[in-house]
Amino acid sequence: MAAESGSIDALSQFQLTPVFGPIGAAVGFSQSNAHMLLAAGLITALIMFGMAARAVVPGRLQSLAEASYEFVYGIVDSQVGHGGKRFFPFVFTLFMFVLFGNMLGLFPYAFTYTSHLAVTFGLALIVFVVITAVALALHGRKFFGYFFPEGAPLWLAPIIVPVEVVSYLSRPVSLSVRLFANMVAGHVLLKVFATFVVMLGALGAVGPFVATLPLAVNVLLIGFEILVAFLQAYVFAILTSIYLHDAVHLH
Amino acid sequence: MPQLDFGNPLMIAQIVWLLIIFGVLYYVLATYALPRVEAVLEDRRRRIEGDLEAAQAAKAEADAAIAAHHAATSKARAEAQAAIAAAMQSAQLEAAQRSEALAARLAEQINAAEARIATARDSAMGALRQVSTDTTEALLQRLTGQSEQAAVGPAVDRALAARGLG
Repeated sequence: MAAESGSIDALSQFQLTPVFGPIGAAVGFSQSNAHMLLAAGLITALIMFGMAARAVVPGRLQSLAEASYEFVYGIVDSQVGHGGKRFFPFVFTLFMFVLFGNMLGLFPYAFTYTSHLAVTFGLALIVFVVITAVALALHGRKFFGYFFPEGAPLWLAPIIVPVEVVSYLSRPVSLSVRLFANMVAGHVLLKVFATFVVMLGALGAVGPFVATLPLAVNVLLIGFEILVAFLQAYVFAILTSIYLHDAVHLH
Repeated sequence: MPQLDFGNPLMIAQIVWLLIIFGVLYYVLATYALPRVEAVLEDRRRRIEGDLEAAQAAKAEADAAIAAHHAATSKARAEAQAAIAAAMQSAQLEAAQRSEALAARLAEQINAAEARIATARDSAMGALRQVSTDTTEALLQRLTGQSEQAAVGPAVDRALAARGLG
């Protein structure tokens, strides 16, 4: 334990360990992937069981399923606009996958797969590949005009084109680092204050009373982290929708 | 930081599993789950629209009924007023005719009465001369003992004429 050794170890929570015995170890199935599987199962269960009744007046679970559907649909519809409907399942999957990853990570002993840069970058790379493929499929060679706005003076091309290319290529980086940094920061903070609780609690007679302070901070932090978990999923979905808008309409 | 330990073989496996899980989730959601939600939402939207349309139709019907009712009421009122006016006019006409007839009859009666009065007066006046003459002769007889019939008649006539009764 970190507290027993007298030092704060906030990062070991992000260590990958294989699960499911020797078979899991053989295929490199870590606890991160187990949580992904859990999130995917919960998302599918939410929609499938929620909508099982197909009630005109929805129950609680159906309301939740419909609310998530309409929330993401609202994002896609308002951001992508005309022709955005076919990208809705993609954005919905992204939003729910990130949201459930963030939220599941807040449970004790759970692992937050969105706190791994490789995972968030993988997701951002999927987005990047999708928007580029969509833009190329819809506009063909005209897509490259995206990097040089019409009407700009030609002599500015040596400046504008590299800037636009870099900004386009930096999309997956900013998308992934934002989510990764938010989740890591939140979990490190939680871990640090949780360690304070244990350390101060061991300080003799006054210890338990002083330890309530970092405990109170952690209570507040959990509320804040729930907000961040939702907000980051929202940001991920809305940025994806904006990129899809650019891909469909080219500015 | 374990996240940046890219030499860990679990790292690349994590990404491979991520792609597999994300892909399967996308397939399941896009093929089975989301169309289900869409169908329910679409069904609800259609039902609400249908109900709204029915309500709109009912409202239009009620409006038409109210308008018809108003028209019938105002028509009945106009008819009643016309009937009242006609009745009043005919009653007035009748009353005027009746009063005219009454006035005519009264005037006739007055005329007849006046004529009767005139004849009565005339006859009374005629009798007055006879009475005067007899009275005068009787008086003369008593006073003078003689009869002056020839003089009495003209004198009475003169006296009557002087009083305007002759």
